[in-house]
Amino acid sequence: MTDKTAHTGKNTGGDVRLTGISKTYGSFTAVHPLDLTVPQGSFFALLGASGCGKTTTLRMIAGLEDPSTGTVFLGDKDVTDLPPYKRPVNTVFQSYALFPHMDITENIAFGLRRRGIKSVKKQVDDMLELVQLGDKARHKPHQLSGGQQQRVAVARALINHPQVLLLDEPLGALDLKLRRQMQLELKRIQTEVGITFVHVTHDQEEAMTMADQVAVMNGGRVEQLGAPADLYENPQTTFVANFLGTSNLIEAEVVETGTDVVVTAGGGKLRVPGDRCTSAVRQGGKVLVGVRPEKISLAHADDAGKIADGRNRVTGRIADSSFIGVSTQYVVNSPAGAELQVYEQNIERDTRLVPGAEVVLHWNPAHTFGLDAAQDIDAGVETVEDAG
Amino acid sequence: MSAPTLAKEAPESVDEPILRKPSARKRLVPYWLLLPGIIWLLVFFALPLVYQASTSVQTGSLEKGFEVTWHFQTYWDAFTEYWPQFVRSLLYAGTATLLCLLLGYPLAYLIAFKAGRWRNLLLVLVIAPFFTSFLIRTLAWKTILADDSVVVDVLNTLHVLDVTSWIGWTEGDRVLATPMAVVCGLTYNFLPFMILPLYTSLERIDGRLHEAARDLYASPATTFRKVTFPLSMPGVVSGTLLTFIPASGDYVNAELLGSTDTKMVGNVIQSQFLRVLDYPTAAALSFILMAIVLAMVTVYIRRAGTEDLV
Repeated sequence: MTDKTAHTGKNTGGDVRLTGISKTYGSFTAVHPLDLTVPQGSFFALLGASGCGKTTTLRMIAGLEDPSTGTVFLGDKDVTDLPPYKRPVNTVFQSYALFPHMDITENIAFGLRRRGIKSVKKQVDDMLELVQLGDKARHKPHQLSGGQQQRVAVARALINHPQVLLLDEPLGALDLKLRRQMQLELKRIQTEVGITFVHVTHDQEEAMTMADQVAVMNGGRVEQLGAPADLYENPQTTFVANFLGTSNLIEAEVVETGTDVVVTAGGGKLRVPGDRCTSAVRQGGKVLVGVRPEKISLAHADDAGKIADGRNRVTGRIADSSFIGVSTQYVVNSPAGAELQVYEQNIERDTRLVPGAEVVLHWNPAHTFGLDAAQDIDAGVETVEDAG
Repeated sequence: MSAPTLAKEAPESVDEPILRKPSARKRLVPYWLLLPGIIWLLVFFALPLVYQASTSVQTGSLEKGFEVTWHFQTYWDAFTEYWPQFVRSLLYAGTATLLCLLLGYPLAYLIAFKAGRWRNLLLVLVIAPFFTSFLIRTLAWKTILADDSVVVDVLNTLHVLDVTSWIGWTEGDRVLATPMAVVCGLTYNFLPFMILPLYTSLERIDGRLHEAARDLYASPATTFRKVTFPLSMPGVVSGTLLTFIPASGDYVNAELLGSTDTKMVGNVIQSQFLRVLDYPTAAALSFILMAIVLAMVTVYIRRAGTEDLV
């Protein structure tokens, strides 16, 4: 099997390329015209809240949805008008969609049999081994647990050696622990077979742990595309800053431009590296200054003198703190911004840092980023209703 | 599919510690609820069955009275005399069932998957004929199949009747009073009993299974053959049973649309009971028909193997 995939890998030279692809239902636009290239052999995640168009995009690659405009290329081949059963692409459905009247072997062999392959036993056995379900070959889907059904769904798709494997929130129905386990499992399988995986998910942690490349989608558009660490460290929009992890965003006014941009917020001065500002900054203009909570250090106001020079500082008062084992999370209110989040590792705990204490937040200016102030500062913040 | 089993098991384990000893009255509640059904079955099913069984082994006449003499010979006599009617019943009912399936399946499929907002309207139309009496509906077919009717004209022009006459289902350019008329009547009258169970089982199929099949290289035709049809088997089985069983015992269609050459077992039983007044023979014929149908249904269900699906 390894031979075969390596072989297909070399020959097809197949990136998935979407050019100007869009989907409208009546007056509703699910996906705005978008261009996207998924490099061959990569684990690619489409990340976004429900209704952002990620599943529609996936279904257009699968052929289950006809794009309103644009073209889908697999390698150099235009497959836009091919029906799903003629595309070298397979899907792992959110609900698994296993055939309830067939046993596991027949479910997995389904694709091979449709292509007229008679001797399927060897390949099915290999697949069952890959997903570690050898002893369930003659079981019916309803006799399996959710995690096992999920693995059957992956095996049923993978056995066809598709050029691209599409995964539509395949872990959504599993509980947290099993989901973490399956994430590693899927990543292992992908590395082993070397097929391009396009994975749709609303779970940012899932996207970041599994994918080589993540496209963050919002309102039918791709907000930002990049490697997980790059997206996390250098968000280009407030949506990405808030949707991936947590960001402290402070509205500030520019007082000085150059290699370092100096801004004022709540009376204090902050420095932002000029090359980490997404939009053009001009003196007197507004900018959103961002910093991740774990980059910030917390010092009691009495120790303010001990803070090294050249660090960004913001004074404030602790509003709340919660101990969560590896770290303590503080909420700090300051003139620069309300409810700033700070995550402190629990190495040496300062007992003076309790709610009500006056503190100074300080961090390395290199960890600061600047975003266009014209955006909604709360875009992508997860609300309680979204959390499910 | 695993959800129902979970639901079944859960209450027991949860309730046990709390309801350790339900009062006697509470324990009897299920039986009280069963009572009306049991009484109904006893009075209208079990008792008549026993009564008919005893009638079938009686001898005598209406004037002298009947008495139980364990005369099983009646069964053999009845069967040897009326076997052509038995064959005819099974043949007509079988053909009608097949026609119902061929006509009903596409319609049920259409209503389940393609009808959209017309779904409810179409379902009402399927059962609309029931608002008219069975007899009147059957009588209407006398007009539809009359010698000078449009339908017969068209069939004649298309030379369909040449074919059906050749196999003996019609006579010349006549349809009425032929086997075909009886089969048409049966098909028409029992069609809703086929469509409704088919619709129910098709409607339950998860649309994503179709997508999964298409995604796995199955053309629409293969998807139907390998996924849709096998999953609709429970509907096919219950539909054919609901059509075949009553159709094989039917006598109204043969009476109104057929001739003396198209008599079915139902007609014989009816005339034995009501005209000849030979109760033992009539009862014996009923039991033979019941036994044949029961045997056929058992074999059919075994062969169809639908236990897995429900």
